[in-house]
Amino acid sequence: MIYWQLFIEFLKIGIFAFGGAYAIIPLIEETCVKNMWITKETLLDFIGISESTPGPISINMATLVGLSQGGVLGAIIATFAVVLPAFIITILIASILKKYIKNDKVQAVLSGIKPVIIALIIFVGFSMLVTICFPESVISALSLAIVLILFLINFIYKHFKKTDMPPLLIILIASSLGLVFLL
Amino acid sequence: MNKYIDLFITFFYIGITTFGGGYAMLSLIKGIVVDKKQWLTEDELLEMTIIAESTPGPIAVNLSTYCGYKLKGITGSIISTLAMVLPSFIIIFIIALLMNAFLENEVVVAVFKGIKCAVVFLIINSGIKMFKAMKKTMFSLIVFFSLILVLTMLSLLAINLTSIVYIILGGILGFVFLRTPKEVVE
Repeated sequence: MIYWQLFIEFLKIGIFAFGGAYAIIPLIEETCVKNMWITKETLLDFIGISESTPGPISINMATLVGLSQGGVLGAIIATFAVVLPAFIITILIASILKKYIKNDKVQAVLSGIKPVIIALIIFVGFSMLVTICFPESVISALSLAIVLILFLINFIYKHFKKTDMPPLLIILIASSLGLVFLL
Repeated sequence: MNKYIDLFITFFYIGITTFGGGYAMLSLIKGIVVDKKQWLTEDELLEMTIIAESTPGPIAVNLSTYCGYKLKGITGSIISTLAMVLPSFIIIFIIALLMNAFLENEVVVAVFKGIKCAVVFLIINSGIKMFKAMKKTMFSLIVFFSLILVLTMLSLLAINLTSIVYIILGGILGFVFLRTPKEVVE
C-alpha cells in the first residue's frame, strides 16, 4: 500500500539524514528510483522547487513526492514521517540525553558518518550532471554549459562578496539562461 | 498572549521566511528566538546548533521542537514543530497544483531545464564546500575516497546499494577507529 510505503521510506530518510540540508538528496534519489516513483528529471524539478520555496528542503521534498504518489494524504504522511525522527530525537536530547551528545564515542560515530555523507552528496551531484547532459542518450551541451556558467558566476560573486551566491539567485539566473538558450 | 499561540505564530513566521533551510535560516532564527523573544540564550542556541549537527533532520525542526519543549513540554513542541512545517507544506501544495497546469507550457519547460542545471550546480557546490570544511585526517580522507571509488565502480556495474549501508558502515568505522577526543573534535 502506497501510504504505508511512503511512511516507511520517509521515516528511513528522516532517520539517516545526517549532515545538513543536502544530506537528504542521495537518500531521496535512490528511494524514488528504487520505487519508480518519479524520474530523475522530475526529481531535479522537485529539488528546484524545494530550493526556491521557504522551509527546509527535506520537508518540501517529502511534501512534493508524497503528493505525487498519494495525493493530499500521501503528502501529509510523507512529511510527518520525515519530521518524526528529528522530533523524537530532539525531545529525548532535551529531556534526558543531553550529556550523551558530547560523549566521545557518539562524536566518533558522527565523525565516521561525515565523510560518507559528503562522498554521497558529491557522487549524486555528478550522477545528476550525467542525467541532464545525456538525456535520452543525446548530448545536451547546453545543460553542461549552463552548469559551467553557474560555477563561473558563483566564483566571481564569491571573489567580491566572500560568500556563495544565495540559492534563489542561482535558480533565477539559471532559469533566465534556460529561457534564453533552450526556448 | 497565550504561550501556545505565541509559539505557533512565531514558528509559522520562521517557516514562511526561511529559504533553503540549513544554516541560512540560523541568523533569522537567532534574531527572533534569542534576541526578540528570549526563549533561548545565545549559548543554548549554539549548543542546539551542535546538537542539530549531531542528529538527523533539518536544523529548523530540531530548533522548533527544542524551543517548544523547553517552554511548554510535549504539547509545546508539537505545536511549534507543526507551525514550522505548515507554511512549507501549504506553499508546496499550491505550487504542485499549479505546476500540473503549467508543465505543458514550453516556456515553463525551458525555465525548468535551467532550474535543473541550477540544482546540479547547488548539489555539487555544496558537496565541494562540505569537503573543504571537512577536517582532513587520514581516516576521513580514506573513507571519502574509497567510498567515491566504490560508488563509481558499483554504478558502472549497475549495482545499487542503499546509502544507508554506507552511512551505518561509516558510523561503525568511526566508532572503531576514532578513539581519542583529539581526532574527533573539529
